Amino acid sequence: MTTLDSSKEIQKNNSEVNETHEDFRMFGLITFLIADGMTFAGFFAAYLTYKAVNPLPDGAIYELELPIPTLNTILLLVSSATFHKAGKSLLKDKNSDSQKWLFFTALLGIIFLICQLFEYFHLPFGLTDNLFASTFYALTGFHGLHVTLGTLMILIITWQSRINGGRLNSQNIFPLEAVELYWHFVDGIWVILFIILYLL
Amino acid sequence: MTISIDPQKTNNESLQPKGWLRYFSFSLDHKVIGIQYLVCGFLFYLIGGTLASAIRIELASPMSDFMPRDVYNQVLTLHGTIMIFLWIVPVVNGAFGNYLIPFYVGARDMAFPRLNAVAFWLIPPSGLMLVASYFVEGAAQAGWTAYPPLSITTPQSGQIIWILSVLLLGGSSIFGGINFIATIIKLRRPGLKLMQLPMYCWAMLGTSLLVVLSTPVLAGTLILLSFDIIANTGFFNPVLGGNVVVYQHLFWFYSHPAVYIMVLPAFGLVSEILPVHARKPLFGYTTMVFSIMGIVVLGLVVWAHHMFTSGTPPWMRLFFTIATAFIAVPTGIKFFNWVATLWGGKISINSAMLFSCGFIINFVFGGITGVALAQVPFDIHVHDTYFVVAHFHYIVYGGTVFIIFSSIYHWFPKVSGKMLNEKLGIIHFIITFIGFNLCFAPQHWLGLNGMPRRVAEYDPQFQFVNQISSLGALLMAISTIPFLVNVFLSVRNGKDAGDNPWNALTPEWLTSSPPPVENWEGEAPLVEEPYGYGKENS
Repeated sequence: MTTLDSSKEIQKNNSEVNETHEDFRMFGLITFLIADGMTFAGFFAAYLTYKAVNPLPDGAIYELELPIPTLNTILLLVSSATFHKAGKSLLKDKNSDSQKWLFFTALLGIIFLICQLFEYFHLPFGLTDNLFASTFYALTGFHGLHVTLGTLMILIITWQSRINGGRLNSQNIFPLEAVELYWHFVDGIWVILFIILYLL
Repeated sequence: MTISIDPQKTNNESLQPKGWLRYFSFSLDHKVIGIQYLVCGFLFYLIGGTLASAIRIELASPMSDFMPRDVYNQVLTLHGTIMIFLWIVPVVNGAFGNYLIPFYVGARDMAFPRLNAVAFWLIPPSGLMLVASYFVEGAAQAGWTAYPPLSITTPQSGQIIWILSVLLLGGSSIFGGINFIATIIKLRRPGLKLMQLPMYCWAMLGTSLLVVLSTPVLAGTLILLSFDIIANTGFFNPVLGGNVVVYQHLFWFYSHPAVYIMVLPAFGLVSEILPVHARKPLFGYTTMVFSIMGIVVLGLVVWAHHMFTSGTPPWMRLFFTIATAFIAVPTGIKFFNWVATLWGGKISINSAMLFSCGFIINFVFGGITGVALAQVPFDIHVHDTYFVVAHFHYIVYGGTVFIIFSSIYHWFPKVSGKMLNEKLGIIHFIITFIGFNLCFAPQHWLGLNGMPRRVAEYDPQFQFVNQISSLGALLMAISTIPFLVNVFLSVRNGKDAGDNPWNALTPEWLTSSPPPVENWEGEAPLVEEPYGYGKENS
């Protein structure tokens, strides 16, 4: 997380000149998320093209079971809301409330991943069975990687927002906001993925 | 010209890390990082150039006698990959961008200095890994495009190392792009308007937008390709039901914009150099800005003109032909603006100017063949022949590399505080210009007559023209010698440059040479007219 430390670095270097500038770390993060979104866009484009031009062999057309992914969608949407609550609480200096909400968010992320794995083990196809199967695992797997990273970051900021010795508080809330934006991004990608992969 | 605060001479030496060792450190100083990019890139240029010489030696005779065919394929793959991802992209973006952009926006460093250092330090390991892959089981053999099914069927270890290396370099490029966008948009000195920025800032803004929007798609594609190679999936493997054309679409969605990632910064640099040495304002600043942005937008929607022989449907051919022809408009505007900048100027014939003029000449050549290649009937005739090789070398070597040398001659006094030797510089230009045109102009003829690219052997009727081309390549190799001698001599005992040897008006010349650690002792100067030549005392 190099971006997080950068503006501190500038201020440290310039202590003599005493210059300040606005905080543009969020701007950098948004630019990064646009780039990350383009990776998904590439995957989606590939998937849709395959769907349009590469007919699958007989017996390779599956009705995907909807209950687990629907549950997963709800889990992620709820987790977005709980994360938002965590930020609100931290701004009001209620660190332990914030920690509870953050931990709950991370828990939802972990349940999402467990559900995802459960789905993987019960699918009638494996990674190399056919083109649809490969694309399915690549898309959901790449998204799952994002959820895993997000969950780890949430656990870190949960630890960092403790009252004694934590680096996160109402004055220094950027790390929480950054992870929150990332988490909303990952949720948004899941909704698109859910629509394209399961519903279309 | 308005400068709100006189730049003061700085004596703040205590801040500066001492000696050349800082170039091997994880320095956060944008100037150190810029030089790291440049020197690292140049070392890889020497490796890539050696490989190019090997290719031309092989092609001096019609039989594959200098090296076996599979080694030839590895050499051309490494040559392409090194020249694009380790020389041109890092140098023309990373090196000059890092050195100049903070000066141009009136900042003390880039927006994210630590991210900047990370972006640089991704390059040496991935480059070494790529070169070392030759010694494993042979390097990748599928060309820099790594088209499947070729890339799936050739030896795996080389191809996987190639993918890993390109992924790391892509990551480096994205981090750099984020940094440039944030620096140009957010870190401008108060009072400095966007339309007062030197043209290189606009070029880098456009380039960074392309980097951020298109490089991730390449990353995703290469991840899928590596699954095909390692895990035996079938994304791009027709035997397993996959689709090779999807790879081509995704690949060129990055790799056509990559052409602009390589050439737009050169457009910006030449727009800085010409006004200084012609003592005239840059002609048509506003049209230049809109041309750059036009190229960025159009550059994202022309990729399939690389794929006219891949079974693209007629509507797609029509669309991509027209879109490509449209790109000629903003590019032409820029070309005429440069000529108009020179027109009637007090032109100094020095190495920087000569290389810039060489760029303009070569680039027009490459641009015209580019428009020709976008026409479907012509493209189908010359697809995958030496005509294409000639075309893109006119763009990336005759265009961008000429500008890299021009920029080195122009900014060397600022970076080192020493002047380069002009005589050696002019010799360097003459040998490079003759060698380059001798090497690549005949290849147009070879391509039109049907000599395919990427093949070690050819029809003996092409031998004479190939030997002319190889002679040109020899001259290009020799041309590096006066340049290297020049740099070493000038660093040791060149004559002192002073702060502003060219009497230039852009902000980097308003500080000492070499500049102090945080660029200015006092507040950054406000340069409202970076091209205000011929108005007052300039």
